[in-house]
Amino acid sequence: MLRGLRKLIWIEIKIFVREPLGFVGTVAMPVLVFIGVGRMLGDNLSSASSGVGSFVGTELPVFVSILIAINAVLSLITIIAIYREGGILKRLRATPLRPPTILVTHVIVKLAFTAVTLALMILAGRRFYPVDVDVPVFGFTLALLFSTWSILSLGFVIASVVPTARFAQPLGGMVLFPMVALSGLFYELETLPRALELAARALPITYAVSLLRGIWSGAPWSAHLLDVTALVVVFAVCTAISAKVFRWE
Amino acid sequence: MTPPDPAVPAVIVATGLRKTYGSTVAVDDVSFDVRRGEIFGLIGPNGAGKTTTMECVEGLRTPDAGTISVLGLDPIRDAYGLSDRIGVQLQEAQLQKRIKVWEAVDLWASLYSTPVDADQLLNQLGLVEKRNAWFMTLSGGQKQRLFIALSLINDPEVVFLDELTTGLDPQARRTIWDLVRGIRDRGKTVFLTTHLMEEAERLCDRVAIIEHGRVIDVDTPAGLVGRHCPERSVMLTTDAGDADALFRAIPRVDAVECDGHRYAIRGAGEDLVTGVIQCLSEHAMRVTDFRTVLPNLEDVFLKLTGHSIRD
Repeated sequence: MLRGLRKLIWIEIKIFVREPLGFVGTVAMPVLVFIGVGRMLGDNLSSASSGVGSFVGTELPVFVSILIAINAVLSLITIIAIYREGGILKRLRATPLRPPTILVTHVIVKLAFTAVTLALMILAGRRFYPVDVDVPVFGFTLALLFSTWSILSLGFVIASVVPTARFAQPLGGMVLFPMVALSGLFYELETLPRALELAARALPITYAVSLLRGIWSGAPWSAHLLDVTALVVVFAVCTAISAKVFRWE
Repeated sequence: MTPPDPAVPAVIVATGLRKTYGSTVAVDDVSFDVRRGEIFGLIGPNGAGKTTTMECVEGLRTPDAGTISVLGLDPIRDAYGLSDRIGVQLQEAQLQKRIKVWEAVDLWASLYSTPVDADQLLNQLGLVEKRNAWFMTLSGGQKQRLFIALSLINDPEVVFLDELTTGLDPQARRTIWDLVRGIRDRGKTVFLTTHLMEEAERLCDRVAIIEHGRVIDVDTPAGLVGRHCPERSVMLTTDAGDADALFRAIPRVDAVECDGHRYAIRGAGEDLVTGVIQCLSEHAMRVTDFRTVLPNLEDVFLKLTGHSIRD
């Protein structure tokens, strides 16, 4: 089987935690945004319209969750670019380590930190969040990990083509943030011009948002089969593309 | 070129290797063999095709033409089986910045079927005090020693070392040379590349000179020097009166230059120095300075290619 997988995962986790800025940026930031914005708006809850309430109760958690996923993907793109540029990937390839092991390791590490961030968010939310929401925690965690997994495959396509580590983060952002903007997080897709709406429906994050929002509000998975299918298709297509174009050096 | 010694089996046989990148021919019809238990060097200037050749043999690149056999295996088809039996050190490789020395060695050990004792290996390479250090905090020499450790973790039958001492100071270089000799003395085969002629001369049992992607000649360093640059010189200082005529009478002396009491005696062949010493002793000449100037691989390279390896 994937020889070295467990050891490599453990080492990569330790290495990630040893980089203070990366750790704070990926894990702590989304939680701070979640609590900070929630409290700022939460103070107005009593007097404000139901719009603020629904934002704090549903939209903000979903937004932060997407942020967590995007962070994971950006960090994956950067790490792969750095490893390739520094010859680390090449050095690992000159061992009996099989290439998929290296890739699977990074996906698992990113998913692990996504889960940790989400757990922190839920714990901190219980304690500090202004709105009491009854959320299917298990289902939502699953939905976020599933969405992240699918978007990570998109990250691999980007990681396969970025020339240097220096371009990895900005290029990743240039691809991913417009996807977030179009994803329907900030407005109903139906209110967009027809062309933009079609574009939005072609992008994976749109389906991740729809799935997360649905599961968060207690909808059953069966109501989101389209989203699940779309995310699986994205994963399959992106994995196939990056298998073709991935460069080790 | 010297024919391969049939008594010692070849562990690497490369025949007619060719590799191009776009319109650039990196390696062109390269053939050589590496025998069990020797240190074999691929020498030549930067860009000559050394690394490309080595990476084809390691299975990291696929040659456009030619065949390679390493320990009887095909490096591309049997990549997985072969990687368990060889050790590789790559030019300009890096590890994760914040991986600790012991973690790297431990990870590598877990990848192979017959790992050696990691602590003993770190001890041999003088890395015991650095076992908890992050990779990014190591000096150039320490990083190279770690890479050597990683290439030896599986007790490999063949070790590949690509530009092992480039960028190291002379003392670190000497330490590494001793380590490489130690690898051979434990019965391993070492295949290395270098553009340092001194390194090739001191370390290699046999070398292949490569330039513009082609192998020009293969032999022992002494064999190459003897065949291509047989001329040698003796520089000495003596106040004996008729020295000039006596030196000219020595067999195989081609020229004698004189500058006051200092003489430069030039000739060819291994016997020149003996001839000069015999002459000095026969005529009881008083000598205050004596040294020999022998050609080296650097001169061989110059002679074969028409330019210095540093150009």
